[in-house]
This record gives sequence, C-alpha cells and structure tokens, in this order.
Amino acid sequence: MANMAQAIRMALHYAEENLGVTDIFGEDVGMPLGGVFTCTQGLKTTWNSPLDERGIIGAAMGIAMGGGRPVAEIQFCDYVYNTIDLLKLAGNTCWSSNGDWNLPMVVRTPVGSGIRGSIYHSHSFDATMTHIPGWKVVMPSTPLDAYGLLITACKEQNPVMFLEPKALLRVKGEERIPGEPDDDRALSKMIDAPLGDRSQWKPQWPTLQEYAVPFGKGKLVREGSQVTVVSYGRTLPLCAKAAAALADEGLSAEVIDLRSLWPYDWELIKQSVQKTGRVLYVNEDTEVTNFGEHLVRRTVEELFYSLLAPPRLLAGKFVPGIGLADSLEMASVPQQNDITAAIRSLAAEQP
Amino acid sequence: MSRPRLIKEASAPLQLEKELLLRIHDLMVKTRVLEERLIQMYKQGHGYFWIGGPGEEAFNVPLGLLMKKGQGPAYDYLHAHYRQSGTMLALGEEPIGALRQMKNTATDPYSGGRNFAGHFSLRKYNVAPVSSPIEVQYAIAPGTAMVQKRHGGDGITIVTGGDAGTAEGDFASCLVWSSRPANPLPILIIVTNNKWGISTSAEGQHGEQRISDRAKAFGIQAKTINGNDPIEAYTELKEAMEYVRKERKPYFIEALVSRLYGHSSASGANFVGDEVDCLKQFEARLAQDGLLTRQQMDDLRNRYTEDMAAAARQARDEPQPDPDSIWKHIYAEDK
Repeated sequence: MANMAQAIRMALHYAEENLGVTDIFGEDVGMPLGGVFTCTQGLKTTWNSPLDERGIIGAAMGIAMGGGRPVAEIQFCDYVYNTIDLLKLAGNTCWSSNGDWNLPMVVRTPVGSGIRGSIYHSHSFDATMTHIPGWKVVMPSTPLDAYGLLITACKEQNPVMFLEPKALLRVKGEERIPGEPDDDRALSKMIDAPLGDRSQWKPQWPTLQEYAVPFGKGKLVREGSQVTVVSYGRTLPLCAKAAAALADEGLSAEVIDLRSLWPYDWELIKQSVQKTGRVLYVNEDTEVTNFGEHLVRRTVEELFYSLLAPPRLLAGKFVPGIGLADSLEMASVPQQNDITAAIRSLAAEQP
Repeated sequence: MSRPRLIKEASAPLQLEKELLLRIHDLMVKTRVLEERLIQMYKQGHGYFWIGGPGEEAFNVPLGLLMKKGQGPAYDYLHAHYRQSGTMLALGEEPIGALRQMKNTATDPYSGGRNFAGHFSLRKYNVAPVSSPIEVQYAIAPGTAMVQKRHGGDGITIVTGGDAGTAEGDFASCLVWSSRPANPLPILIIVTNNKWGISTSAEGQHGEQRISDRAKAFGIQAKTINGNDPIEAYTELKEAMEYVRKERKPYFIEALVSRLYGHSSASGANFVGDEVDCLKQFEARLAQDGLLTRQQMDDLRNRYTEDMAAAARQARDEPQPDPDSIWKHIYAEDK
C-alpha cells in the first residue's frame, strides 16, 4: 500500500488533472527535489518559490483571487509562524468583504514530532491554526484519509489548512487508494523519483479515482464501551495500539480519529461519550490553550450528566521547544506508554 | 522630478485633452468633498474612525481612469491601501458607498458595516479588499499577476501602499516575487510617498535616498514622480501601464504626494496648511489656461458639497447590520 507521502502526491496529481489545481508551490516543491518529504515529486504544476513564507502565503491568496487554485506548501510548520497575520487575513477575507471575495486555496505543512527534528522541525500547529476562523483545518492519520481529505480540500471554495503528521509520512497504509497498483514496489517504480539524475525522469501515474473524505466527519477506528479516546495525526495510531493492548486486559476503549479539526464531528464524539461516560483527548501540541481544551470544555458543558469521570487531555508539555536528545523529545510529547497509562487510569477512575 | 506638462500636453487634440482635464478635475473635487464629508461625519459622531486620502487625488484619480475595468484576469487587479477613494470614484463608484461604510450601515457595499472607512472591496472591478495591516497587499499582489501572466492578454496587477510601510518585509517580498528571472510579472508597483508614518517622519527612519532605488536593485524599471500634478501622474501612469501591459514585466512608481488631513482621525483629521494642495494648484493652472473660471469651479464644489450632504443624511438614517449577521460569510458557501 502507498505511504502517506505517496498518497498526497497521488491526490495532488488527481487534483491537477481533474479538479483545476493550477499551482503547487513552495520552497523546494518543484523538481529536482519534489519536496523535502517527496510529496510533490513529478507533478506537472509544481514550481520552486523564493525562500519566503510570507511571499508563499501571499502568492497563494493572490492566485486564488485571480481565479487559480493554488496548493502552497510551508516546508515545516515551524516556519509558518511569520505568516500568521496573512493566515488571519485569508481567513477573514470573505467575512470582511461581506461575502464579496472568497479564497479557494490549500496550504499544506508537515507538523509534529517523531523525526528527532529538534526545536524547529518538531512543532505542532493545530492549537494555533484552530484559533484562526475562516479556515477549514484537517489532519489525516492514514494514507487513504490523506488522499481523500486532500481531494476534498482541492474542491473547497475556502482556505484549507492541511496538516501532515511528519512521523506518519513514511508509514504504509492498510487501505487501498482507489486506483493504486497491488504491488508496493510497482507503485514506487511508477511514482517515486530515482536517486541521482532526475532530469529525464517522468512519473507513470496509476489511473486514480476520486475518493473524497468529507470535512467535519470523524472516523470510528475501534469500537469500545468503557472509555472514549479522541485523537488525530501522529498520536492516533498510538491510541489505537493502546486500545488493542488494553483489550487483552479486559478494558474496552473506543477510538475516534477526528481527521477534521474545523469543522469537527461533535456528533460522533457526543454519541461515544454518552455511551462510555469517559473521554480522553490526545494530541501533541502544547497543552495550554490546546484544541483539546476546547473539546474538554464542550464536553463538560454539554455532556456533564453523561460523565462518569472528568474528561482528560493528554497533550504536549508546555515547554518552549522539543529538544533534540531522544530523552527530551520522548518527555515532551505523548508516547505510547503515556497514552496507555492515561487510558488505563481514566477507565479505573472512581468518584 | 519632471516639470508640469500642461502646456506640452495641450499640443494634443485640444478638445479631447480638455475633456480629460475637466474630467480629472471633476473627480478630484468630488473626491476631496467626499473626504471632507467623511471627516465631518466622524467629527459629528456618525462614524468611529476616519482614514482616507485627501492630498492624493492628483495621483489616485488618474490611476482609476487608466485602469482596465472588469472582473477576472483579463482586467486589471488593484491591491489598494486605504487612501484611494479617488481611484474608486474614477472607477465609477458612487460616493454614498463610502459614506455608508463610514456610518457602518448594513447597506455599506464594501463590508456591510464590518470595516473602517476607506476599506474598499469591489470584486466586480478586481479591487481586492483593503485591510488595515500595512503592506500585506504587496505580498498578495504577485499572485494575481501570476495568473494574468499565464492567462495572456493585457490585464495587469497594480499594488499601492504608503512609504512608511515599505519598511515591512512584504514590500521586499513584492520586489523579489515580481522580478524572479523564472517568471517576471506584469505588475505595477506603486508607493505613494507622503513622507510620514502616522507621526514619524521618514527622515529619521529611512536611509535610502529614493524608494524607487530599491526597485532598481532588482532590475525593475522605476521612477519617482510628482504625484501632486495630475497631468504628470496621468502621463507617467499611462506610460508605465503600457509598458507592463505589453512587456509583461514589473514597473515601479514612487509618487510624491501630500497628506492634507494627517494620518487619520486618530491624529485629529485637521487640515495641514504647510503641504502642497494638489487640487488648489491644479485649479490655479486650469484658471490660468482659461479652461475653467473660478466661478465654475466654486459652483462645482458647492454642487458636490450639497450632493454629499444629502447622501450623508440618507446614509445616517439607514439601519445597522443585524446582530445575527455576524455568522454570515465566514465561508463562501454561506453566500
């Protein structure tokens, strides 16, 4: 099966062939590199931009205003912070102009820890991005969802922030992308650029089909009855693994992949929490004014009388950065054992 | 700086030239009276804030007259700043729209009562929404120019801003992105230089002799012009636009202008006596050349003053936006 980087590439290929995507651009996005994570290799509308994040977001806004359909990349979300007021402007352009203008644009950026990226290649962006109204914000945890969410993003009339959990970009999926070949090695030969000279290389795209994951719809990853675990991105597979391990201990945890942060699937969370009475939210952004805190607040306000224990949030430590040393990274953001322990503890909590 | 060219221009077919001069004058008067009415509305409590462009009419009116007006990449895009009511009126906008925005009524055609005076948005003529952050328009403008370059035809992108904002990085971004050897862009980059950033003089902050020198460093053709002379402004803009339309390459204009009522209402919005008044200067020339009499010009001004007062009365009585409307237009599908 394709990994997430290949899935993103195939979705972009589908989008430039079928959905009117005109410009896939950013730093090192065009050939010969095709993106530092290879997500944009071999695509026909890619080009390399100057090393200027504000220029990239601004150009995407302008291209969208001019009737193009841009997919811009910020190489690491750690470098998106100097564009915050442009992101705010993109988010308020439709509202401020009382509906006169809208910006059909997608911004992709890799987020989170997991590659020992130290202080400026490990940050998360979901907490900050969900503070900016007017955008739709999504974050897949599987290649198929990456494919389907990106196709939906490229059909949107509004700005979409597509967050790519960099720890999962190289992880192969368990579900087939409609149209991808049966053999992984065959896919790699077709669409992965060779090492060395790439000047004559052209990808052979499989005949892909449209598969759109709607925004605002989460996914029930595992059914359970005692605890609800809601996560997205890098921590989602860790939650699923924890739930599988805990099942052997006789603990039944339900796992929800939110996938879409704004809008998000409150109905799915609500139904689950009303069933289990216990909920743990897991993500790796810093925990103060974290998106999970919003979900905890809403859970308390709307589901209080269904709860058997306080809702919990397991998130990144509120420290200025993720240190390079293995011990520092592991201590800063939720790991497998933290998640397992948090689910176990919540399941056992009694008044 | 080149000298006023009124006499030289008169060598063109007289009737046409006269018509154009009178049209420019008419729009300059209309713009000035509109701005003065906006200030008055603010001072009378019929608005929370005023910002605008009295002192930039001689430049902004010709700009609007020369724009290729329409929607989409075949036409000109304008990424404006908040001193360009003259350009909007020259594009054919009715002044009551600006008055409604001042009064933040539901009928405000540019923002529905959501944004400050002078923050225009007009998609039907490719006028991008004006926003308060200084200079973001310089980062956005290359995007529309890229689409236009690919589209073909002679549509261009025009971006304007003030001199103080050129200290922001987006101005440098615009110069870099417009002149990339991989894809030079059909963009006219404009700075109206009034030598002030709110209360701070450019003299203490900017070491460059001319802002246009910065464009030259990128191989962009650049000029500094007298933006207080509508004939020079018209002629230079026309030449610059023809170059950009045909060559599909960037061009840069620094227009020296006045700021006749200060930065905004935050600094009092009172008339500043020691700066060149482009309208007064132009009217003296028109009278000297015998194109208009003082009486005719006074009559024109009085007529606009009456019109504007009536329009302001009308705007004042219109309803505020509905509180529930805050949820409208967060996303485009709500249209």
